Amino acid sequence: MRRTECLAMILAGGQGSRLGALTKKIAKPAVPFGGKYRIIDFPLSNCHNSGINTVGILTQYQPLALHNYIGNGGAWDLDRKDGGVFILPPYAREKGAEWYKGTADAIYQNINFIEMVDPEYVLILSGDHIYTMDYSWMIEYHKMKKADATIGVIEVPWEEASRFGIMDTAENGRITEFQEKPAKPMSNLASMGIYVFNWSFLKSYLEEDAKDSLSSRDFGKNIIPKMLNADSRMFAYAFDGYWKDVGTIDSLWEANMDLLKDKPDLDLHDPDWRVFAVNPAMPPHFIAKNAKVKSSLISEGAMIYGEVENSVIFSGVKIAKGAKVVNSVVMPFTTIGKNAYVDKAVVGQNCEICVGAKVGMDNGSIIVVPEGDVVVAESATGKQVG
Amino acid sequence: MKTVMGIINLQENENSIKEITSNRSLASIPVAGRYRLIDFALSSMVNSNIQNVGVLLPKKSRSIMDHLRSGKDWDLARKRDGLCYLPPAESINDARNGDVQSFHYHLDFIEHSTQQNVLITGSNVIYNMNYDEVLRFHQNTGADITMVYNIREQEELTGGAVLETAENGLITDIAIASTTQPKAKVSMGIFLMNKNLFMDIIRGTYARAGTDFLIDGIMKNSGKYAIYGYQHEGYVATINSTASYYKASMDLLDPDNWQKLFLDGSPIYTKVKDEAPAKYKQSASVSNSMVANGCIVEGTVENSILFRGVKVGKGVHVKNSIILQKCQLEDEVFVENVICDKDVVITKGKRLKGASNYPLIVEKGVVI
Repeated sequence: MRRTECLAMILAGGQGSRLGALTKKIAKPAVPFGGKYRIIDFPLSNCHNSGINTVGILTQYQPLALHNYIGNGGAWDLDRKDGGVFILPPYAREKGAEWYKGTADAIYQNINFIEMVDPEYVLILSGDHIYTMDYSWMIEYHKMKKADATIGVIEVPWEEASRFGIMDTAENGRITEFQEKPAKPMSNLASMGIYVFNWSFLKSYLEEDAKDSLSSRDFGKNIIPKMLNADSRMFAYAFDGYWKDVGTIDSLWEANMDLLKDKPDLDLHDPDWRVFAVNPAMPPHFIAKNAKVKSSLISEGAMIYGEVENSVIFSGVKIAKGAKVVNSVVMPFTTIGKNAYVDKAVVGQNCEICVGAKVGMDNGSIIVVPEGDVVVAESATGKQVG
Repeated sequence: MKTVMGIINLQENENSIKEITSNRSLASIPVAGRYRLIDFALSSMVNSNIQNVGVLLPKKSRSIMDHLRSGKDWDLARKRDGLCYLPPAESINDARNGDVQSFHYHLDFIEHSTQQNVLITGSNVIYNMNYDEVLRFHQNTGADITMVYNIREQEELTGGAVLETAENGLITDIAIASTTQPKAKVSMGIFLMNKNLFMDIIRGTYARAGTDFLIDGIMKNSGKYAIYGYQHEGYVATINSTASYYKASMDLLDPDNWQKLFLDGSPIYTKVKDEAPAKYKQSASVSNSMVANGCIVEGTVENSILFRGVKVGKGVHVKNSIILQKCQLEDEVFVENVICDKDVVITKGKRLKGASNYPLIVEKGVVI
């Protein structure tokens, strides 16, 4: 058996409570995105495209839809004889069972799994970011710098810097300082939540942290600062492509709208960097005679009789005659009835917007229609974001 | 349908549709925006829980093998049974060349299969069917052989075998494309029978120098066996000429047909390509069209089918046309009544127009 040089571990257990109604029944990484994808397709496709064939996926909150979606990993070419995809929910041990109490704890509880794979490096990823990135360059960089740990960083606007883990680096890229969500950021280099560690190095810190009763078992809050305090060789790997944390309704909506630009920063149509997804067996979409479609993404199996502008339409969506959908995201198998009007909305899966109904806020904020909802005429107006 | 094995016969006459079959077999002709002809017969088998499928390959088999590969996209990559390729018989004598010879060459495969019945289909008919009902009919009537037909207008016979049936479904006559009636029962090229009977017919026909399964195997033996006709009600289109290909494609732009073929029954599977959703830019204007994933549309498209990965530039006008995978129509291009085969590039400002009853065909990979 070939040895696995680098094992990827995707943290996919978060609740995503800031996504409100969208994550009531599914984990954040399983939230639909971009017309045919789910958020987790991005890190999984990145792994495949970077030549990483062994991936552990740590799940915890509402994992059923996510597990079902990942299946045997075949959609991302991860159904391998050696390696492939491993779904890792918390499990019971001799002395009882424990939930994953933090990002670091989730990895700590799977030390046995990682030892079984026996990798040189471990790549830690989040299951809730939208980006395309070749991890193999980052791993090369990590080797070249003879680093203990390498953190993926990206420049963010200064006014947003306090939402992230912020880093200061020396000229050679070595990290000199790290602040988790600082009130007064010292730089605008933000951690992307992507880490490469030498496994033996990470393991010792995880074991040590597990003994620390004050620790909240988090990479950003505990592990990284401890490593830095011990003067470990930690480097920042700068990424300059499109990267978006879609942890909130606003950012999720924005990331969808970003795809509609004339030349989007994240190009889903790039033949050299396919984003893979589980494909429904649906025919091409159908645009009827008097329909109008502009500045939009439309997926297979949709039937458009009405008007669509500046929107992302998923598979199997039906938009009836006279209906108008603008600035919105409409998730799979939702029906928009005749003369209905949908503006600046994120409509979940299997919803029904009835004849003549209006979905949209007057104050310009984004409205969410949760999975399976039926919206009838009138009552929908002014409904608050869940 | 655990008791039924399937064989899809791809050794079909493709002479009348030469332009699109010069580098592929009839079965791998792209249809309906993202499918190949074989997908319909194969998906119907899979959806009917037939798990042992032999594909009798034609001489030009590369495109079909590239399409089907392990059979995984149809859930046919199995430990036991699943998809099995049956290459054409190595012919010593070309005069004997025909599907009977190929079936004869592969009798081993059929004999060693565990299922007791065999369902034989061609691959040039578009439909979405559950063969379970055919099996039930076959068992209820006690037929030796069941043939599936649908009812077509006289002008749509397109060379198929016309059946005459008695009230109970017993077939009394089979004739190739000859009827005086306004409507006719036309065979869809689907046969269900006991495996041993099938092997007997093949051995007997081969021994008597027969070459064609329908003519020499079935029609010449029609007095000997109880052959019943099962009527299929759904959407059916037979592809055997450029005109029928164009017409069937355009018929799918009728939402009723689209709904019947794709959404009312079980799904039709095809090779997964992982294309992004189609992108419509600000200047796009599309009506009455079918658009597959991976397309980028900036121009005007009406009454047309765009396959996966087609690029339609600014100021382009596409009308009544079928544009196959990965074609590029650069800015200001005008096409009407045109079929563009795969990978065609039409450079800026060019105008192409075919006749409304006979489309202009641009061959694969051509740059105009």
